[in-house]
Amino acid sequence: MYKYDKYDQQMVDTRVNEFRDQVERRLAGKLTEDQFKPLRLKNGLYLQLHAYMLRVAIPYGTLGSCQMRMLAHIARKYDRGYGHFTTRQNIQYNWIRLEQAPDILADLATVEMHAIQTSGESIRNVSSDQYAGATADEIADPRPWAELIRQATTIHPEFSYLPRKFKFAVTAADEDRAAIRLHDIGLKLVKNDKGELGFEVYIGGGMGRTPFVAPLIRRFLPADHLISYCEAALRVWNRWGRRDNIHKQRIKILVHDLGAEEFTRQVEEEWQAILPNGTDVPRKEFDRIASHFTPPPFDTEASDAVVRSDPDFTVWLDQNVRAHKQSGYAIVNISLKPIGGIPGDASADQIDLLANLAERYSFDEIRVTHAQNIVLPHVRKADLHTLWQTLAEAGLATPNLDLVSDIIACPGLDYCSLANARSIPVAQKIARRFADQKAQEDLGELKLKISGCINACGHHHAGHIGILGVDRKGTENYQLLLGGSGAEDASLGKITGPGFDEDGIVDAVETAANVYKALREDGERFLDTYRRVGMEPFKEALYG
Amino acid sequence: MKILTGNDLRTGDVVWWTGEGWSRHVSDATELGDNAPDIMAREIAARAVSDCFAIDAERTESGILPAHIKDKIRATGPTVRPDLKLEPADPAAGNWVI
Repeated sequence: MYKYDKYDQQMVDTRVNEFRDQVERRLAGKLTEDQFKPLRLKNGLYLQLHAYMLRVAIPYGTLGSCQMRMLAHIARKYDRGYGHFTTRQNIQYNWIRLEQAPDILADLATVEMHAIQTSGESIRNVSSDQYAGATADEIADPRPWAELIRQATTIHPEFSYLPRKFKFAVTAADEDRAAIRLHDIGLKLVKNDKGELGFEVYIGGGMGRTPFVAPLIRRFLPADHLISYCEAALRVWNRWGRRDNIHKQRIKILVHDLGAEEFTRQVEEEWQAILPNGTDVPRKEFDRIASHFTPPPFDTEASDAVVRSDPDFTVWLDQNVRAHKQSGYAIVNISLKPIGGIPGDASADQIDLLANLAERYSFDEIRVTHAQNIVLPHVRKADLHTLWQTLAEAGLATPNLDLVSDIIACPGLDYCSLANARSIPVAQKIARRFADQKAQEDLGELKLKISGCINACGHHHAGHIGILGVDRKGTENYQLLLGGSGAEDASLGKITGPGFDEDGIVDAVETAANVYKALREDGERFLDTYRRVGMEPFKEALYG
Repeated sequence: MKILTGNDLRTGDVVWWTGEGWSRHVSDATELGDNAPDIMAREIAARAVSDCFAIDAERTESGILPAHIKDKIRATGPTVRPDLKLEPADPAAGNWVI
């Protein structure tokens, strides 16, 4: 894991002191709310439906036990005993007091964490594959590159007042677990014919009001030029981005309006112009960063044997545990989606427990996934049963990874001031409707994603089944979408037709699942069947 | 009818204008008269609230309640966490279809 050097620490500490002063000036009346709002947003502090909300950055979803314990401490001391893991691999707290926010940031700084650029028109937390450094299907660990981008774009003067927020994702495997084509810039590490490392560069994807799957802008960017090329793309957007219209500010709109070809031409032209400036990071500096991501000291003699005599353990093993690149080890997914629970929420005690388990079983490493779950990336197979027992006692062993009850849901109208409808109760009802484990397994991989408004924080466009909550004349109403994917086969879901009320949408999901079961062919997932048969059979069953 | 609401500047708590000051309980809210703009300007200047705004409300058997679901949830807390409400938990909160 990356460790701050003295410059990193000084920058974060300085920012804490700066914000403390800003809060004091606000409370003393020396700053108006209009003056203060952009300052607090630059430090991840929103004013939400019930209180201030603080979003803490977890770079590329990777953190250590000591950092995880700090997250539990903050939940306990400053909030109401819990936190909410988000689709950007961050955590947010819903009940923060403004007067305590500087103390929270100071506590975070002691474990090399902060909330800088988790809000506002800035470059947000860089996301990545939660299995990075552990999975056999990657060509290299993508996290050093994600860290490089993080450092290059944090408090970058040219990119501190962008037209709108901007999101990077970096992966290194053919299986896309970070939804790269639904990001402003999505990067996939690849090798060319000569075996050199580079990136496929996708630009202009995103969800929200106007969703797009990002086109491929460059098939092979030499890895050493990552920063200068991204800077060129940001410059083109900064130049032409529609600051006059909030709905047209994202880079996806520019790419769409110019066309991928013309946008690419302008980026390449800009890149050639800035290349002589030497903005690319020297190889030595990259190597310094990469040295923090060396593999842990695996026991190369560790056994691959796992005793499968406990049936409940076996169900969890088959559903939530994934292959590791190192023999004798496994990747453990810990679902934060207990049946009927709140997707992504974890209590302070659970967060503490996860920290302890990571320390004991996973070389001190934890990952947060964009699907709002937790991963222990390096668990010895011999420890799996003991680990499972401890997780089960804490309500953290729900065996539903990628099943219909593993639902992504935004906080929705229960917490969010932008939302039009509640997401969480819908997720809870759907999970209860499909609670039967065998029935879920029979449905197979089914990614269900719910957003409480058109901003799409719950990724509804990318759900095999997506649900969008809207306000219809003061009443919550839910639109059903089918056919989305955030994976390597990225696609955007299509709306089935008129929306449903809260109970109606639960029935509609079950109806869609039944259509799939009736029409599926061998080996087909829900998404595959939908793509083969199209929308009509589903519409027929839903609306008659 | 209209009532006035905002967020306490220091704590962020949802608060309601009572006619004399701010309360965390919507049941203490009072109907706004014609002087709403003056109250809002004065209270924001006094830094009692970070911002405030008038919303539609209705008088019910249990007192004044906001009219819109978003404001109802602001008044009562997240429907999925009845344990975090200011008022005794409404057991039906999770089943609201409004």
